[in-house]
Amino acid sequence: MGFLNNLINGISLGSIYAVIALGYTLVYGIAKMLNFAHGDVIMVGGYVIFIAMTSFGLNSWISILLAVIACTLLGIVIEKVAYKPLRQATSLAVLITAIGVSYFLQNMALLIFGEKPVNFTSVVNVPSLKLFDGKIVISGETSTAIVISILIVVGLSLFINKTKSGRAMLAVSEDRGAAELMGVNINRTISLTFAIGSGLAAIAGALLCSAYPTLQNTTGAMPGIKAFVAAVFGGIGSIPGAMIGGILIGIIEILGRAYISPQLADAIVFAVLILVLIIKPTGILGKKINEKV
Amino acid sequence: MALLEVKNLGISFGGLRAVDEFNITIEKGQLYGLIGPNGAGKTTVFNMLTGVYKPTDGTILLDGENITGKSTIEINRAGIARTFQNIRLFKDMTVLDNVKVALHNHYKYSVLTGILRLPKYFKTEKLMNEKAMEMLKVFELEDKAELTASGLPYGEQRRLEMARALATEPKLLLLDEPAAGMNPNETAELMDMIRLVRDKFGMTVLLIEHDMSLVSGICEKLTVLNFGQMLCEGKTENVLSDPDVIKAYLGD
Amino acid sequence: MKNENKAAKKKLAPLTKKSFITYAMVLIAFAVMQILSSGGYISSMLTGLLVPLCVYSILAVSLNLTVGILGELSLGQAGFMCVGAYTSAVFSQLTSETITQPLIRFPLAIIIGGIFAAIFGILIGIPVLRLNGDYLAIVTLAFGEIIKNVFAAMYVGYDSKGVHISLKSLSNLNLENDGTLLLNGPQGISGTPNDSTFLIGAIMLMLTLIIAYNFINSRTGRAVMSIRDNVIAAQSVGLNITKYKLITFALTAFIAGTAGALYSHNFYTLQASKFDYNLSILILVFVVLGGIGNIRGSVIAAVVLVLLPEMLRGISSYRMLIYAVILIVMMIITSNEKSKAFIEANTQKFKALFKRGKTAEAKEAE
Repeated sequence: MGFLNNLINGISLGSIYAVIALGYTLVYGIAKMLNFAHGDVIMVGGYVIFIAMTSFGLNSWISILLAVIACTLLGIVIEKVAYKPLRQATSLAVLITAIGVSYFLQNMALLIFGEKPVNFTSVVNVPSLKLFDGKIVISGETSTAIVISILIVVGLSLFINKTKSGRAMLAVSEDRGAAELMGVNINRTISLTFAIGSGLAAIAGALLCSAYPTLQNTTGAMPGIKAFVAAVFGGIGSIPGAMIGGILIGIIEILGRAYISPQLADAIVFAVLILVLIIKPTGILGKKINEKV
Repeated sequence: MALLEVKNLGISFGGLRAVDEFNITIEKGQLYGLIGPNGAGKTTVFNMLTGVYKPTDGTILLDGENITGKSTIEINRAGIARTFQNIRLFKDMTVLDNVKVALHNHYKYSVLTGILRLPKYFKTEKLMNEKAMEMLKVFELEDKAELTASGLPYGEQRRLEMARALATEPKLLLLDEPAAGMNPNETAELMDMIRLVRDKFGMTVLLIEHDMSLVSGICEKLTVLNFGQMLCEGKTENVLSDPDVIKAYLGD
Repeated sequence: MKNENKAAKKKLAPLTKKSFITYAMVLIAFAVMQILSSGGYISSMLTGLLVPLCVYSILAVSLNLTVGILGELSLGQAGFMCVGAYTSAVFSQLTSETITQPLIRFPLAIIIGGIFAAIFGILIGIPVLRLNGDYLAIVTLAFGEIIKNVFAAMYVGYDSKGVHISLKSLSNLNLENDGTLLLNGPQGISGTPNDSTFLIGAIMLMLTLIIAYNFINSRTGRAVMSIRDNVIAAQSVGLNITKYKLITFALTAFIAGTAGALYSHNFYTLQASKFDYNLSILILVFVVLGGIGNIRGSVIAAVVLVLLPEMLRGISSYRMLIYAVILIVMMIITSNEKSKAFIEANTQKFKALFKRGKTAEAKEAE
C-alpha cells in the first residue's frame, strides 16, 4: 500500500509539473526560446494568492483569479521588455536574458518578502478520499491537481486546434516567416503565448503551494527546472507530451525520494533528463528539426 | 580514370523524390557546370556529394575511392571542398583566420604545444600564415587579411569562401552559385580567378550557377537538372543551344 | 614573398598586444595590493577578499572560454569547481603528514583538483556535447546540481580496516575509533590546511590568462571559434566538432577545478551547498558584464563586482538584483543593431583620438 500511496503522490506532483511544463512547451514551441523565468512566475502567483488571502481576507477563488490576472500581465510585460528586443539575437543572448529575468524575479521577491518562508494556506477545500479502510489516502490537493491538469490539457488542445488565435500559434511555431506572410501578427501571437503560459503558471502556483505549503522567493525555481525536464522528456512543443512527461517526472521523483535517497531525489530527476537527451533528444512525442544547408 | 564518377545517385525525402538517377563524370582539371531552374535539385546534389545528406541510392567515386554515405568531415579529408549558396563564413574571425582554420588538417601541432608555445608552434604558425596569404592572394584578398570576415563586402565574402575551400587542398572544388549578387565587373574578375585556380593548382571545379555569362564563359561541360532529373549533358555550347534546355529555362 | 612575411608578422601583433596589456594589469594590481596590504593600508575585510578575487577571476576566464570561444552556455561551472575543491582538499588532508611542505603539497593539490574536474568534464562532455544551445545549458545545470547533491550526500572516512563510504548517514559509516572522517555529508569537509595565499592566487590567475590567450590564438582555439561561428562550414573544412568541443570542455573544467582548489584551501570548512546554481550565475554575470569573448573584461568585471558591494555597503542588499539587471541590459544592448553601431562608432572615435595623440607624439619625437 505504501507503494500505491507513493505512486498517487507522484501522479499528484506530476500533474503540477505538467501544468508548469505546458507553459514551457508553449513558449518553446512558439517563441523558440527557453523561458527560464517561467518557474519564478509561479512563485509570484503564490505570493499574490498569499497576500490576497491573508492581508485582504479575500476568498480563495478571487485570490486565484487575481493571481492569474497578475501573472498574465507579468508574462506580457516580461516578453515586451526583455525578450521582444532580442527577436533577431542569438539564442545564447536570449537564454542569458531569460536567466537574468528569472534572477530578477527571485531577488525582487527576496527584497520585498525577505528570506523567511511564509506558511501558505491551502486554497483547496475538497475533502480527502480514503480507500481500503484508510490505507490509501488521496488528499483533496492531490485529486484537485490531477483533475485541474487534465482540464487544462483538454482546454488548451481545443483552444489551439479550434480557435483562430490557436491556429495562428500553430502556424508561428511551424514557420514564423511563412506565418507572417500569411498575415499572422507575430508579436500579438507571441504575446498571447506568454499570457497563456504565465496564466497557467499562476494556477500551477496555487496547486504547488497548496500541496507543499511553504512559500519563499526560490519556491518556483526548482519545480520550474524540473518541469522543463518534463517538457523535454515528453517532447518539447507537444501538449500531450508535457502532460505525460510531467506525470512521469513526478512519479520518478517521489519514488526516488522514497526508495533510493531523499537527498538524491533531485539528482535522479536530472539523471533522467540527461539520459533522455542522450538517447532521444526529441523526447517521447517530439519531432526532429534539421537546419537547411 | 575520371576524378569524379557519380552513378545513379538519388535521394528521397519522405515521399518526395528530390533527385533521381543522377550521373556525372568529371575529368581532372575540368571546369564543369551544373545548371537548371530553381528547385531543380542542384544544391541537393552538392549536399549528397559532400555528405550533408546521405543518398538513398547510387555511388560516388572520388579518384576511384568510394565515398558514398561518408560524413562531411571524411569527405573533406578525401578531397572535396565546397562553398555555400547562403554564405557560411566564420563571421567573427579575421579573413586570415578563416583560411587558417581550413589549413587545420595539413598543418598540425598539439593542444599543449599551442598552450605552451613550444618552438613547433611558431614554426607551424609561420608556415600557416604564408600558405593562407598565398590563398588570399589568389582571390585578391591579401590586403584584407586582418579584417573581420563579416565586414567584407558581399562579393569578397564569396571569394573568401573559395579561398577557404581551396585551403583544405581538395581534389575537387564545388562552388554553389559563386557569382550570386555580383555585378558584371566582379563576375568577370571571378571568372579569371576560377581559371587561375584551375591553372595554378590543377584544380577540378564543379559549379552551380545561374549567371549564363559565367557558365558560357568558363565551363567546358554542363549538366542540366530539371525537377530532380537530368535533362541533358555535354559541351557547353551544345547544351546551351539545346531546345529542351531553353524550354526548361523559359517555360512553355 | 616579402609582403607575405610582413603580413604574417603583423598577424601575431594584435592578440599578443592584448594579452600583454592584461598580464601587465594583473601584475600591477597584484603589486599595488601587496604593497598596500603589507603596509597595513587596507582593511582586514579587503585582505580577506584577495584570494576569492583570484578565484572568481579564474572562474570567469574559464567560463568565458566556454561562452565566448566555444559559444555554448555552461551552467555547471560551479560543479566542476566543486569537484576540484573536494578532491584537492581530500588530497591535502591525506598527505598533510607525508608531505609537510605546503609549497610542494599545495601545487600538487591544485593539479589534482584540476585533473579530477577535467575528468568530470570529459565524462560529462562525451554524452552531452552533441547537444547544443538551450539543451546543453540545461544539461550542464543538471550535472552541476547532481555533483553538488552527490557530494552533499556523501559520507567518507577511513580507518585501520580501509575506506568507508555511505550515502545515508554518518552512523552508517561504521567508522572505528581510530578512523578519520573525510566527508561529512551536508557538513562537508573540514580541517583543510590553509595553504591559499594572495601570491599563489595571483600566480594561478596569470597562468590561467596565459593558457587562455595562448589557447585562443592556437590552431585548436581557431578550430573551436570556427565551430562557434558556423558548425556546418566547420564540418565542410574537415573539423571534428565533438573533439574540439570536448577539448574546450575539459580545459575549462580543469581551470574551474584549480580555482576550486584555491577556494577550498582558503577555508577551514567547506560545504557542497556553496557550489550551487547561484555561483554559476554569478560567474556568468562576470562574463557578460566583461564582454562575451573578452578575457580581460572578465577579470575586470569579476574584481569590480566582488569589490563594489563590499565597498558600498548601501547597495549590498541590492547586489543580486543588480546582477540580474546586468544580464538583461547587457544582452539587450549588445544584441541590438542600433546600440551596437552606436558603441562601435564611439569606441572607434575614442581609439582614433588615442591613436592621433600617439602619432603626434611619435612625430614630435622624430
